[in-house]
Amino acid sequence: MERDKNFILGVYDDEDVLMDAVTQIRKTGVKIHEVYSPFPVHGLDEVLGYRRSRLPIAAFIFGLIGTTLALTMQFYMMKFDWPMIIGGKDHASLPAFIPVTFELTVLLAAFGMVGVFMVASNLKPWGQARIFDLRITDDKHVMAIDLANNASIGEEKLADVLKLTGATEVNKKSFE
Amino acid sequence: MAHSTTNYNLDQKFEFTAALKKSIMTVLVIGAVILAIGIVMAMFGGGHDHAEGGDHAYHWYQRLFANLWINNVYFTGIAVIGVFFFAIQYAAQAGWSAGILRVMLSFGYWLPFAAGLMIVSFFIVNHDLFHWTHSDLFDPNDSHYDKIIDGKGSYFYWPMEKGTFPLFFVIRLVVFFGFWVFFFNKLKNLSFEEDIHGGTSYWGQIRKWSAIFLIFFAVSSSISAWDWVMSIDTHWFSTMFGWYVFASWFVAGLSAITLVVVFLRERGYLEMVNENHIHDLGKFVFAFSIFWTYIWFSQFLLIYYANIPEESVYFVERLESDVYSPFIFVNLVLNFFLPFLVLMTRDAKRHAIFLKVVCSLIILGHWFDFFLMVQPGTLGQNGGFGLMELGMFLVYGSAVALVVLGGLAKKPLIAKNHPMLEESYHHHI
Repeated sequence: MERDKNFILGVYDDEDVLMDAVTQIRKTGVKIHEVYSPFPVHGLDEVLGYRRSRLPIAAFIFGLIGTTLALTMQFYMMKFDWPMIIGGKDHASLPAFIPVTFELTVLLAAFGMVGVFMVASNLKPWGQARIFDLRITDDKHVMAIDLANNASIGEEKLADVLKLTGATEVNKKSFE
Repeated sequence: MAHSTTNYNLDQKFEFTAALKKSIMTVLVIGAVILAIGIVMAMFGGGHDHAEGGDHAYHWYQRLFANLWINNVYFTGIAVIGVFFFAIQYAAQAGWSAGILRVMLSFGYWLPFAAGLMIVSFFIVNHDLFHWTHSDLFDPNDSHYDKIIDGKGSYFYWPMEKGTFPLFFVIRLVVFFGFWVFFFNKLKNLSFEEDIHGGTSYWGQIRKWSAIFLIFFAVSSSISAWDWVMSIDTHWFSTMFGWYVFASWFVAGLSAITLVVVFLRERGYLEMVNENHIHDLGKFVFAFSIFWTYIWFSQFLLIYYANIPEESVYFVERLESDVYSPFIFVNLVLNFFLPFLVLMTRDAKRHAIFLKVVCSLIILGHWFDFFLMVQPGTLGQNGGFGLMELGMFLVYGSAVALVVLGGLAKKPLIAKNHPMLEESYHHHI
């Protein structure tokens, strides 16, 4: 991550042009760092060759933790710590525990998913966002290419490729 | 991503081959033989469980009637859910499903048969299944007089005198089936006319009729659940029962639709239906399995927690019986744990093999759900899952398959002038 400092940026006006550009540029062997767009572009993740998110796995694990926590907590409280008879039921009556178990499962799955997502996408409170171009929140799509990662191709050729595929501007951006 | 749309054969028709017919007939015959063996065994082997001191001795044919009723109600549900799901697509202006609309609709072909079977068998099974059909319950001077059932009597007998002819009940039975068949025919005819004339006006008309059907179905599905299933346990009631039966029907119907779509695709039909559409069907099966569990458990939890005797008797009959208590767990495993755990991942919903296994087991599982609704209240400890149940299930299942696939083969498989067909080609999730 330390070396990701110098980027060349292609600015695109239109998402269809962008999609074709991504496909073409990847074909030439250029490694694209990331593409930023003001709205979700359907199918962009696919042409970029991203793997599917593993967030559902995190959700499942956190959900399982929630289920276990809820059941252990209720059995411990109701059976061992402070046994109470409610409505003539056993101390440990599983059906009565299900609503709480369900809620804790959902709660932990949801919170866990949000937490994992924030950490994984560098949205943690102490994280520093790298803004490539302010117009990505308005009307421009920006393709960022890491220069160090594509050293063999060279900066000039990358700029040519970007222009050739329909970029309206080609900029450079460096981060410390 | 860009699919070429010109290659799709929009005039394809499902060919119901003789070989396929023969294999379904074989299952039907096997089922009939198993059923016959079951009946013979029950005739000569059964009967040793005569009720002690009860005034209604158990006869072997009661079990046959109970089975008849379970399958009547269950397969009626699957048939009407096909039409219901078709109507939902239009009411929701869904585009993804345009390629598989005819599959949903084809389940309605069973409805006229179901209507006949249900109405005829009601008059046969009458006193043997429905406690409320006994006239002595309504006579205050009779020793069998039952104040609670007398209070509910008008619901069955109005405007006739209680204990005579259940006119109101029969009217509902006939009217519900009448309208279901009417709506099925209406939607079917409009859909086929669209094939000939094209244009978007048919879509609008189908949408209008779908909306009317959905309103009618919302009321009639609930009431039919009370009439055909809940009234078996005449004293008992549950305000969730309509939803419970609907949820069970819906999951079973969705599984059946999914199975037929997968089956057609494997035979080379419906090439515009890809794994994205299968994925959506899988999501429906997954989601509504959870929905069914939610309803089942909500009904159970409230009764369990409040523990009011007249309510909890329903679960006492089932959970504390050697005959039925194992099936409660079979029911929950097949209808909740299995689809929940197997269909949870994206890959499982996109691959036909998982769906085939899960959907088949769900169809079996929801049969057990109806088995648990009907048998304890009618047969008591004389019930159970044996040859008669298996045979009858196979006979009904293959008869439904014959009728539904036969109906499907009559007309083109694709609603080729559906305005959202193009959208469904590009469905991508």
